[in-house]
Order: sequence, then structure tokens, then C-alpha cells
Amino acid sequence: MTPAISARDLRKVYPGDPPVVALDGVSIDIRDNEFFTLLGPSGCGKTTLLRMIAGFEHPTAGTLSMHGENLLDSPPHKRPVNTVFQSYALFPHLTVSQNISFGLEMLGKPADEIKATVDEMLALVKMEAMADRQTSQISGGQQQRVALARALAPRPRVLLLDEPLSALDFKLRKEMQLELKRLQTETGITFIFVTHDQEEALTMSDRIAVMNAGSVRQIGQPRDIYDHPAERFVADFIGDTNFLAGEIISTENGHAEVRLTSGKTVPAPAPEETQSGRKITLAVRPEHAGISAGNDGLLSGDLREVVYFGTDTHFHVALDDGTAFVVRRQNRPDVASDLQAGTRVSVDFPPLTGQVLRD
Amino acid sequence: MAEGTGFSIHRQPGFTAIAMLCFVLLYLPIILLVIYSFNAGNSIAIWEGFSWRWYQSAWENEQVQEATVRSLIIALWASVISTSVAVLAALATTRTRKFKGQSAVFAMINQPLMVPEIVTAVALLIFFAMIKVATGYTGLMYLIIAHAAFCIPFAYLPIRARLQGMDLSLEQAAADLYATPFQVFRRITLPQLWPGILAGAMLAFVISLDDVVITEFVKSAGQDTLPTYMLGQLRRVVTPEVNAISTALLAISVAMVIAFTVLSKMKN
Ligand SMILES: Nc1ncnc2c1ncn2[C@@H]1O[C@H](COP(=O)(O)OP(=O)(O)OP(=O)(O)O)[C@@H](O)[C@H]1O
Ligand SMILES: [Mg+2]
Repeated sequence: MTPAISARDLRKVYPGDPPVVALDGVSIDIRDNEFFTLLGPSGCGKTTLLRMIAGFEHPTAGTLSMHGENLLDSPPHKRPVNTVFQSYALFPHLTVSQNISFGLEMLGKPADEIKATVDEMLALVKMEAMADRQTSQISGGQQQRVALARALAPRPRVLLLDEPLSALDFKLRKEMQLELKRLQTETGITFIFVTHDQEEALTMSDRIAVMNAGSVRQIGQPRDIYDHPAERFVADFIGDTNFLAGEIISTENGHAEVRLTSGKTVPAPAPEETQSGRKITLAVRPEHAGISAGNDGLLSGDLREVVYFGTDTHFHVALDDGTAFVVRRQNRPDVASDLQAGTRVSVDFPPLTGQVLRD
Repeated sequence: MAEGTGFSIHRQPGFTAIAMLCFVLLYLPIILLVIYSFNAGNSIAIWEGFSWRWYQSAWENEQVQEATVRSLIIALWASVISTSVAVLAALATTRTRKFKGQSAVFAMINQPLMVPEIVTAVALLIFFAMIKVATGYTGLMYLIIAHAAFCIPFAYLPIRARLQGMDLSLEQAAADLYATPFQVFRRITLPQLWPGILAGAMLAFVISLDDVVITEFVKSAGQDTLPTYMLGQLRRVVTPEVNAISTALLAISVAMVIAFTVLSKMKN
């Protein structure tokens, strides 16, 4: 099946002194009907990539196609793609419903069809009561919803969303996350969603591309990326992670036997190219590790601090090799925590819960 | 702000005095001109009581009437033409990719602000004389074209300022919603540009209305505008009628400038 959007080696260099490399060889295939998320820190090139798909930026090099057809030669108004802009970009001289009908009018749809679609969109984003308001007279969250309705109304094949939920308060944000996900499933429109909120990315996406400094570091399903981060940046950016030094003793179809600095060994998934004898970094999630008093675990060290967080407790351990390690344990009222700062502890994690990182 | 930190112009010795002097020099003559336009006597310097007589006399003066109508026609056409050109020029200098020679274009548009007016006037005189010989046409068109030309930069500047202040993402959003470049201009850019266009047109109108130098050179016989008529009058007898006409012109200009200020501050 041809991908909905296919990018190959996209490069974008903004001229200047020095020139800014916003995209440094990005290749992505986005499938039809997919909820695809671009996740990465500020300035990593997410908006640039989105604007390139919409047609507002031209790549310095590389190709971009949609359903197998070259996109780069068509101007923005000929691309069957709509955008929810990071700044909304609602038309200030038009009302809410005029904003929503704009795309349909430009497509030359008949008046009754436009009216029906606008009503449907207004209902969808729960803005019926404000249809005739000026866009300057509605709140930030409402503007965001109008921007969403305006972009959805023409039923594009691909919808680009540039941090569409960033201005909403926590509760409305959660609500809109579910709403967006439902919309995407119902309409079957391919969503390309930009965010720098990792939790948002994990809960909503079919697949995530983690970006850093203009390049894609890893593409995969949320669970895949969380459980098997390919490299240090990804492991660190998504969720909290402990990094342990180790050495590969042996490898066997995707698994490696890793010797830790304590001398003990543990099996962990590893990238295919991993070779025996290599010094590597092992990533271990705080919630996958356990802690107990004593000296005979996989790793041992001194408990430095115990921090209570309501749902869970964080134990900060200084391992014997000097590495800092955090263990997170879910709190239960019937289980009392007996560990005190200053005690000697051992830290364990089950086989195959760590991940050997690419270096 | 704490006392004695930083430089503050109005705490410099003599600042107030100099400021007052400038104000007096700027406004006292104008105030006197306005006052004496209501003089009941024939003098522009000896006050003989209040009267509307010079306004009435100017109003009934056929030459003044003709010159006024001519001035208004020229100013109207000049502002329409120069504003249209200015809109196109402003779009070309703010809404296109940077092109080679863009700053040259910018300089050319603003040429009338830099070339001495008298030079332009002489050049136009010679140029139009050649056309007159060739075509035999001696109508108002020469004045209209000349005025339109030197009004362009005045119309251009507020329009360009407005275009530059406009949120580009709105135009991109419209293009994203399938609007062709022309539809983007019609539906998004133009509605927001209106205050700038009106401001530019008014400024052009006022500038055209009070031009003397170029008009004096370009006009044919019997084509006096209000300012050149007044200049002609001053060479003969000076009565407060000139004050009355000046005051009326002043009133129009002030009204325009106020409207201009309001429009350029207006949002959306
Ligand atoms: N028009 C431009 N001219 C020059 N540099 C630019 C331009 N637009 C973006 N950049 C630079 O390109 C890089 C990528 O920018 P981009 O807007 O794509 O980041 P982003 O991932 O969307 O960030 P954010 O999460 O803050 O929105 C940044 O370093 C930015 O400063
Ligand atoms: Mg961005």
C-alpha cells in the first residue's frame, strides 16, 4: 500500500549567518488513516516539517509525496491537506461560522451543503452557541476548537495539527485528546500531530516519530518506543530512565547478556548490530526496578532520599559505582514503606526489562 | 524611576524654553492667520472686529470657486491613482520573495521624497511640453498625472506599514483552505488592509491639495488650483480673503489628518 505521506531525505536549511539546519535528512512514511505524532523538544524541526507538507516551506533537498504523487510542485491551495496552526490563525474579520465555511466556499461547494457541514462541525466542537461570534470574542480554548473545525470541514485526506492542545487547561486538554482520537477514528482522516508533550503522544498516537535537532531518532508504536528506546536521547525524552554502564558478554537473536559494574549479569533486548565485548549503556525504567534492604541484588548502593508522590514513592539510590538510580514504587495503603534514607539497599530488575541503547 | 538615574531630556537646562519657542514659532503665525480671517476690516494686520465677511466674499468669488473645484478634482483623481499604484507597490515589496533589485524598487517608489521638488517640476514641465506639442491636448490630465506621481510615496508608506504589521499566517491559512492567491487577497488581505488604504488615500489627497511648486510649473493658462490662485492674489492686493481660504484649507487638512490618525491606529 502506498503511504499517505512519504518523505525521503528531506533537508531544510534556513539561510542566515550561520545558516540554520532545521531538517537534516528526514525520511518518514505515514500510513493512510494513521494517527501519527511528531514528538520532540522545542526547535527540533516539527513545525518546519509540517509546513513543508502543507506547502509553505520548500525543502533544500529531498522528496515528498502524497499517495505516491509528488507534492513539491503543487502550491499550498492545491494540496488536499489542511492545517490547524500553532497560532490558530483564525480570520479576525470573520465570524466563527464564516471561518469554518471558508474552505468549503473556496472549494465551490453548494450553499446548502456548506451550511450542513458547518452545522455539523459546530456541533462536533461544541461551539453551536457561538456560531455568530467574532473570533476575537471567544476564549483561547474555543479559538482552538474553531481552528480544528475549520481545518476538518473540507474533509482533507491529511490533517496537520501543530500543537493544537497546548493552550488548553489540563481538564479540557484531556477531553480534547479523547475527542481528537475519536474524530480521527471516525473520519478515517490521516492525522499528523505535533507535540512536545510525551504523555500526549503516548496516549493518542498509532505511531510516534521522536525527533531531535532536525532528524528522526526513532519511529514506532508508543509501547515500542517506551519499552525499547533505541538511544539515550529517546529514552531520556520519553519517560524517566536510569542509565547503567555495562558490557556485552554474548548476543543471540536480538537479546544480549549484559554484565553490569557490580559483576552480575542480566539479559536485555539489544539492537541487532550489538557485538560482544562492547561497552554499552543499559536503560532501565524506574518503575521496572525493585528495591529492598540488603546487599545481594543485581546492584547495590546507599539509599539517599525517599520522596513521597501520592500515587508512588521515588527512592533515590547512589549505586556503588557512583551512578544515581531511581526506583519508583506504587503506593498501597496496606503496605508500609520500611526503607529509610541512609540504609544499604539492593536494586533489582527482572530479566529483559532493561534495554541496550544504540550509541 | 529613581531620581538622578539615566538621561532625561526634559531635565536639561533650557529644554522647556526651547520647546516653548518652537511651539510659538510653529503655531503663532497660524493662529494669527486664523484670527485675522475673521477681521471685519480690509487689513491682515489691524484688527477691526469680528465678521464672516471674508468667508462670504471668498465663497462668492467665481475664481475661488473654480480653483476649488479644480483642486478637488485633481486631488481626488491623484489620490485614487496614487493609492492604487501604492497598493500594488506595497504588495510587491512585502508579499513576494525577496528579489534582486527590491531595494532599488523601494528607492524608486520613494523618489519624490528625495528628489528636490523643483527638479521634478522642471522635468515635468519639459516632458509635458513635448507631449502637448505632439498631441495638442492641454487638459487637466497633466496636473492629475503629475500629482498622482508625487503622491505615491505618501500613499505607499501607511499601506506598506499595515501590510508589514499583518499576520502572514492568516494568508497562509487561507491558502491552506484552498484559496487561490487572488482569493487570498480579496477575502483576507484586502479587508484588513482597508484602514491603511484609506489613510494612504487621505494623505495623498491632502498632499495634492496644497501643492504649489509642481502645479505652478505644469498648469496651463487658466488652470489655477486653490494654492496657486492664492499665490497669485498675494502678489497683488492682500485682503483677509486669503486668510479665510487658508483657514478653510487648514480645516480640511486637520480633519483629514485626524481621520488618518484614527484609521492608522484602528485595529482590524
Ligand atoms: N523562517 C525561519 N528562518 C530561520 N530559522 C528558522 C525559521 N523557522 C524556523 N527556524 C529555525 O529552525 C529550527 C526548527 O524550527 P521549528 O519551528 O520547526 O521547531 P519546532 O520543532 O516546531 O519547535 P517548537 O516546539 O518550539 O514549535 C529552529 O532552530 C528555528 O529557530
Ligand atoms: Mg513548532
